[in-house]
Amino acid sequence: MASIPVQAEPRATVEHEAPASRHRIGPVILAVEHVSLRFGGVKAISDVSFEVREHEVLAIIGPNGAGKSSMLNVINGVYQPQQGTIRFRDRTFDLMTPHRAASMGIARTFQNLALFKGMTVVDNILTGRNLRMKAGILAQALRIGPAEREEIRHREAVERIIDFLEIQAHRKTPVGRLPYGLQKRVDLGRALASEPDVLLLDEPMAGMNVEEKQDMCRFVLDVNEQYGTTIVLIEHDMSVVMDISDRVVVLDYGRKIGDGTPDEVRHDKAVIDAYLGTTH
Amino acid sequence: MSIPRYAPVAILGVLLAAGLVAPLATGETAPGFWVEVLIGGLMTGVLYSLVALGFVLIFKASGVFNFAQGAMVLFAALAVARLAERMPVWAAVLATVAIMVMLAFIVERIVLRPLVNQEGVVLLMATLGITFFLNGFGQAVWGSDIYEINLGIPREPMMVLGKVFEGGVLVNRDDIAAALAAVLLVGALAVFFRRTATGRALRAVADDHQAAQSIGIPLNRIWVIVWSVAGIVAIVGGVIWGGKLGVQFSISQVALKALPVVILGGFESVPGAIVGGLIIGVGEKMAEVFLAPPLIKAFDLAGGGIENWFAYVLALLFLLVRPEGLFGERRIDRV
Amino acid sequence: MFFRENGQFKSTYRADMQLLPIVQDRWFMLGVIALAFLAVPFVATDYLFLSIINPFLILTLAAIGLNLLVGYCGQISIGHAAFMAWGAYAAYNLVQRVPMLNFLVVLVLAGLIAALVGMFFGIPSLRIKGLYLAVATLAAQFFTDWIFARVKWFTNYAHSGSVSTAPVTLFDWTLDTPRDKYLFLLGVLIVFTLIAKNLTRGHLGRAWMATRDMDVAAEVIGIRPVYAKLTAFGVSSFYCGVAGALWGFLQLGSWEPLAFDLNLSFSLLFMIIIGGMGSILGSYLGAAFIVVLPIALNQIPRKIGVPLSTAMAANVEFMIFGSLIVLFLVLEPHGLARLWAIGKEKLRLWPFPH
Repeated sequence: MASIPVQAEPRATVEHEAPASRHRIGPVILAVEHVSLRFGGVKAISDVSFEVREHEVLAIIGPNGAGKSSMLNVINGVYQPQQGTIRFRDRTFDLMTPHRAASMGIARTFQNLALFKGMTVVDNILTGRNLRMKAGILAQALRIGPAEREEIRHREAVERIIDFLEIQAHRKTPVGRLPYGLQKRVDLGRALASEPDVLLLDEPMAGMNVEEKQDMCRFVLDVNEQYGTTIVLIEHDMSVVMDISDRVVVLDYGRKIGDGTPDEVRHDKAVIDAYLGTTH
Repeated sequence: MSIPRYAPVAILGVLLAAGLVAPLATGETAPGFWVEVLIGGLMTGVLYSLVALGFVLIFKASGVFNFAQGAMVLFAALAVARLAERMPVWAAVLATVAIMVMLAFIVERIVLRPLVNQEGVVLLMATLGITFFLNGFGQAVWGSDIYEINLGIPREPMMVLGKVFEGGVLVNRDDIAAALAAVLLVGALAVFFRRTATGRALRAVADDHQAAQSIGIPLNRIWVIVWSVAGIVAIVGGVIWGGKLGVQFSISQVALKALPVVILGGFESVPGAIVGGLIIGVGEKMAEVFLAPPLIKAFDLAGGGIENWFAYVLALLFLLVRPEGLFGERRIDRV
Repeated sequence: MFFRENGQFKSTYRADMQLLPIVQDRWFMLGVIALAFLAVPFVATDYLFLSIINPFLILTLAAIGLNLLVGYCGQISIGHAAFMAWGAYAAYNLVQRVPMLNFLVVLVLAGLIAALVGMFFGIPSLRIKGLYLAVATLAAQFFTDWIFARVKWFTNYAHSGSVSTAPVTLFDWTLDTPRDKYLFLLGVLIVFTLIAKNLTRGHLGRAWMATRDMDVAAEVIGIRPVYAKLTAFGVSSFYCGVAGALWGFLQLGSWEPLAFDLNLSFSLLFMIIIGGMGSILGSYLGAAFIVVLPIALNQIPRKIGVPLSTAMAANVEFMIFGSLIVLFLVLEPHGLARLWAIGKEKLRLWPFPH
């Protein structure tokens, strides 16, 4: 038990495509700078900074309550930190709002499913394209030419995502009736529909069995490789993290205690202590 | 928001103080009359407080926005009034307590239990259903005329403070009795919540439903108890109200004023319900007596009646700047 | 069912996204509309038009409006009759003060005025969630009641505060018989139903439903809550404003200040709970139910020889509404519309359910 138990459970192995098809990791696209977040007297995040580079897969790991989900919520403006800034493509924001984050190309999935339960799969994914739909209220009311053409154009984009995620059979099913694993896919599909530059995934594989995890890994890597989407994900399954991420950031009690390649982090003393207790 | 959180409280305070003092300062109003208006407002406020109290108790313990509290007041008042025709008043009140407890059982079994974990809006609409059922049922069983509740308190008003103000101040004896009853009730509730095991369990549930459940507090029983307590609060409110103005359907409508009261005081705050009730009672009475006449003159209105909306518009302002109310805690939504 | 949709494959998205994708449904709907226009006017009596059919059409319009807000956007309102009042009084003032306006223009303007007022009272919805909104909309109700009872300008200084209207004339068509009113109301309702259908399946409707189902997630994918909620309040109040104007001019003719009080608001809410929240069809079913029940309660006991007194009939009505609301919320939260859908689904598989 001297290192993180990578082999403790069956590996969700993924066959990488030839590295040639991967987008080259580029410059820093998103930077979190000295962020601190408090809820009343509780410190959720204390002075955390890290950078995300274009086209990379960055994993944020840490024990429960380490502030991982809060970090994602700060990045896309759901929580406003008391201190610190978010830098995105050379623009610095003291105050990020969800709408601004979304319109700049930051999309997000949720740990506890946050789908629109009363709507069908198609409609859920279509909401991901709402930002791009411009037809005015009158045009929609009468559904005259441009409004309908716009709907059809976006429907085509959504169908491509449905094909990609292999959920064709469930198109018109209200998502509330889908099994958990498929709901997770719809959640991913809704985020993809906005064609994001940065995709934040909050425990995309939580509660899945091995096959479902493998599928989800494949989707995540395919998105990264085909579209060059930068991915920031929170994950508890270390084998997944070690397999698919280019870099890992480790949080513990709201502080950053590690940052580096999976190999570096795996052998970092502070990280091992945090996971196994300092008495070791 | 850039508006400081205490701003609406401060503004309300200043407005209240100004509104209270202005009629006196202009010298147009006799001090004795002014005190009478104040007392009249406080008395109405006590009634609002009582309805709001039942409301807050239920919201704290079960998260249900109980629209039916007003209907419960009417139902209880009707029961006491009609039963008292056949037995002494105290026996009628006791019988009504039994009826309200039974009602709590039925509500828990038929409405709350099947709807547990539903969204607040659904539960709100369910209590709207209860409201309609109770209004119909109460009047079908007890009748739909105006009934008297005679508590045996002499009707003629007392003259007090005759030495302080010229002409003195007229105070109704039943108003004083009502205020005493309300104070006693709040005291009894405080003892119940602080000193008894059931009271502690109730407070635990109010704090955190799941945690309370996990240490073995049965939610269903708690709901029955808290609806029963709210029913008893409704009886006290109904008897006072009915004793003063007669028992009639309009009680159920006037009791809707408890909603702005809880917005003002904070949804989960018992002191908030009491203070909020008094503020709104005094505020609307003062506004009607001293603010309406100049308004009527200025805008050529067909009569006053601003007490019909004063409370709601005040609540609307609070919702905009301080949704948690005077005594409520600010909530943080977690994702 | 008596028909099956087997063999109807959609080869374009346009075909897949149309209002009634199944051929038989389209024929059925055309048949219903043809019946409503061609047969009903000759069959129904004036009594039927005045006491059931016309109120049903107008209240359906109002119920659709409320449903857009409560059922589709998830924002509760228990004061929606207030916006009907704004529509009615706006139309009254427009007709009084600008007599040359065509009634259709008056209707649209009345709706727009109601929409503005609705959006104003919807502003608190940006700061507060569901339950608290109940009180904000009650404020709209009581403030509106007071304005129209006390401010004489709105009633054109009419004696005793009640207003009365002349029969409506459209181009050369004077709507003075119940049948004329029916035909006009039917046309209006069909147009507004189509608009509601279009809105709810466009991106605005998706923004509403997303806000209803999971507001934080909706914000995160870029739906502005301000936009979703205020448009819902606006469109919803527009519908109610138009319905209010129609109610005043074509149903009541003349009305007292309290014609649009809290009880009407509750009735509207009951229509959508019983009919089905988040369903246009449900608005029709709910309105029909609420219009017919009091009449049935009056007629049926008399027919079987145990007439109810007026007070008792009202009490029984209260009890039935109250119990039905609880019953539907507990057993079938999607109301009559869902029962209809379930029945249809069963019939589709009938007689071989497996």
